[in-house]
Amino acid sequence: MIRLALTFASTGALIFSVPAVAQDHSMHEMPPAEPAEARPAPVAADPECSPVHAAMGHCTPKAMPDRPTGAVGTDLPAGDAPAPAPPDDWYADRIYPKAEMDRSRHAMMEENGGQTIAFLNFDLAEYQARKGRDGFRWGVEGWYGGDIDRLTLKSEGEGAWGEGVEAAELQLLYSRAVGPYFNLQAGVRQDLGEGPDRSYATVGFEGLAPYWFETAGALFLSNKGDVLGRLEGYYDQRITQRLILQPRAEVNFAAQDVPETGIGSGLSDFELGLRLRYEIVQEFAPYVGGVWTRKFGDTARFARTAGEDVNGVGLVMGVRAWF
Amino acid sequence: MQIDRRGFVSAALGGGAAAAAMAGWFPVWAQPVSSGIIAPLPAVSGNDIMLRIARQTMRIDGKVSRAIGINGTVPAPLIRLKQGQTARLTVVNDLDEDSSIHWHGLILPFEMDGVPGVSFPGIRPRSTFVYEFPVVQSGTYWYHSHSGLQEQLGHYGPIVIDPADTDPIAYDREHVVVLSDHSRISPEAIFRKLKVNPGHFNRQRQTLAGLLAGKDQPLKDRLAWGAMRMDPTDVADVNGSTYSFLVNGHGPRDNWTALFDPGERVRLRIINASAMSIFNVRIPGLRMTVVQADGLNIVPVETDEFQIAVAETYDVIVTPAEDRAFTLIAEASDRSGMGRATLAPRAGMVAEVPPLRPRPLATMKDMGMGDMGAMAGDDASCPPEHAAMGHCTPAGGGAMAGMDHGSGGGAMEHSMRDFDVAPQVKRDPSVQTISPMPVDRMGEPGQGLEDVGHDVLTYKDLVALDRNPDVRAPERSLAIHLTGNMERFMWSFDGVKMSDHHEPIPFLEGERVRVNLINDSMMSHPIHLHGHFFELVTGKGDRAPRKHTVLVQPGGTATFDFTADALGDWAFHCHLLYHMHAGMMRVVSVRPRGEAA
Repeated sequence: MIRLALTFASTGALIFSVPAVAQDHSMHEMPPAEPAEARPAPVAADPECSPVHAAMGHCTPKAMPDRPTGAVGTDLPAGDAPAPAPPDDWYADRIYPKAEMDRSRHAMMEENGGQTIAFLNFDLAEYQARKGRDGFRWGVEGWYGGDIDRLTLKSEGEGAWGEGVEAAELQLLYSRAVGPYFNLQAGVRQDLGEGPDRSYATVGFEGLAPYWFETAGALFLSNKGDVLGRLEGYYDQRITQRLILQPRAEVNFAAQDVPETGIGSGLSDFELGLRLRYEIVQEFAPYVGGVWTRKFGDTARFARTAGEDVNGVGLVMGVRAWF
Repeated sequence: MQIDRRGFVSAALGGGAAAAAMAGWFPVWAQPVSSGIIAPLPAVSGNDIMLRIARQTMRIDGKVSRAIGINGTVPAPLIRLKQGQTARLTVVNDLDEDSSIHWHGLILPFEMDGVPGVSFPGIRPRSTFVYEFPVVQSGTYWYHSHSGLQEQLGHYGPIVIDPADTDPIAYDREHVVVLSDHSRISPEAIFRKLKVNPGHFNRQRQTLAGLLAGKDQPLKDRLAWGAMRMDPTDVADVNGSTYSFLVNGHGPRDNWTALFDPGERVRLRIINASAMSIFNVRIPGLRMTVVQADGLNIVPVETDEFQIAVAETYDVIVTPAEDRAFTLIAEASDRSGMGRATLAPRAGMVAEVPPLRPRPLATMKDMGMGDMGAMAGDDASCPPEHAAMGHCTPAGGGAMAGMDHGSGGGAMEHSMRDFDVAPQVKRDPSVQTISPMPVDRMGEPGQGLEDVGHDVLTYKDLVALDRNPDVRAPERSLAIHLTGNMERFMWSFDGVKMSDHHEPIPFLEGERVRVNLINDSMMSHPIHLHGHFFELVTGKGDRAPRKHTVLVQPGGTATFDFTADALGDWAFHCHLLYHMHAGMMRVVSVRPRGEAA
């Protein structure tokens, strides 16, 4: 602090006293040297009692030895006068037409925090090379709304080349931010594709868990009274700024057997994926990877009966893109 | 991704012809090789100034970009006024949308302040508004749009007001240096990307490759930060991955040049007119003497580098004695790029441009963990919850500089969002964290400047040249929490966005109030109060530095006293454009004492 004060003083002298080349310009007259010299030395803060602290009346600052006079200006503690009540009118309305102010005030409010945004994310859009037959898969989510309330559309499904869509679902959800990281979602799900086209009421969540895991989960109640559940998550491991390895997991479970759709009660199936993507731009990232799926319990039994594989391994190639 | 092509005359721009035509688009003081403005300065049509806002294009480092300019230039023309005159500024809005001009830092009647929806209705498309106000102050200021995101597109310019009396600052020559940022992506698209993809523009994240190479945080710290969902590389939301950093509208390769004669005292009036970029400014080889901050004179103080937040101004004197060029560097705070200009005795000279320095990593202190030493609870005079309110600073804070800020963290996770330490903050998804132990950081140089090996200015180095006009003790104090959620790109005061709040922050005319700004986020926020200067509470008594904008460092506090002497409603906001746009704004109302509701 002392050194600082000396720096001030010496610099002040330099700036103020060395004659300028342009000294003849009236604007550049030397000012009186008084300001730099009359300035009080910078006050060392009392670590036991900061001005803010003192201002709250929590303590009394110790008198500084180099400061014989009392505290002045910003060194003084603040009082505890009550805050006035907020006004119930707008000052500009006294000067400008109220209608014009109302219009611009509304626009200003909307402009600063009230935006609605539309977003479409192709999280998965891939070709799957499996044993015996090749297929495709998608996982898309879009939303429209503000920071808190959103209308969300989700779709996922898969199929085989030449055979069309095997399984597909569409969800229409109301999504509400319930914390800094998580959204609560509720709405309807409609199954499409092969097999019975069930409808469900659904409630779930979506959000960022500690350690940067993106997670989602949902419960589904079908129009036949069946209850299904799903949990999924992934983690983006950035290898470089653009190269990202994404382990991903999805687990489905059911409260009962649903033979029509080949779902068995308990843990139904499990999928693990590992995808390596390269962000050409953040919005467009091609990827390659692999998936491993396994059916359990009655789900596996239903699959065997239908002549389907219980385990599956596939290579995938696709693109993650958002708009 | 709406691309607004109004006024984008691409056909008119091709190759060299355009480059030649370029010169006319810049005001004289910002020509590629500027001979500077040599004192004494002629007044620029002082009493009746015409400004026309229109879409145009600009060329940055050879690339054409869409812009909004005034009188055909980006930055807008230098408005030169004289203290004591009446300014009459006729503003024509040639845009297809509402526009406005806010005179940043000028003390004027609120209805001339130029904030649509707060101080006036705005300027409708293809219409005119006449601003008229007495010029009561002198110094370096600036002006910009307060409508939408126009400021990002180039709707900003400098103001220099010459003092009515002699200038206490002696100089032989002056240059106005307007720092800014410009992207080829539309500002609406930038905002949307921030909303839908957190950290979108951050291309300096920690990676596995970095971990294996022994860079950045060790694994233990990465896990601790991951547990808190905090990214220590999140320093600037929008940065060099999309921005060009400009000096007087010119990119680093354009190399705007300011001339001097060796031995002259050169005054640089440096204005940060960026939308989002906090700059660290230095001129290798030259000491700078800071003589003015936010337009008001300070006791001259020498430094090698200073951080200039968005909307701040600093006037510095440099005295280059040698007959050689110097590089002026305005390095973005996250080191993702730099603005560059040259100071040279003759046109065409260049000096070495040093490489970007390593980017800073946020520390526990940036998360409001305050002083690590006090975490153990050994400072009885300042319990954590008390410190969190900004009421005190735990002893031993000075020892932080020598500590390993990156270490630890996991154990504190539970206390990162404790509303008990900030009861006034709304429980809202817009509040990601609440600083458990924020400390006064006005004595710190800024992120990444703690250990650069030379002098760096801090707010505590500033001492007003003139005694403060009001040296009364504050009648009361007021705490305002700067809150945000980096994962949702939501920004607010006390957890409340402008869009969901309709009640102004009330003050009585003449009232003197101490305002504690408590940063509950890991980002820096330059907070701007319209219509007033405030005195920073940095232990300078009646010589407190007076400013219109104060940078509140991550997880820290800043405190100012101010006299609510300007009747009317005023804007109060974070001057990071997209933070304001996301909701970090409030109306402040100053009412006559007898009139209070």
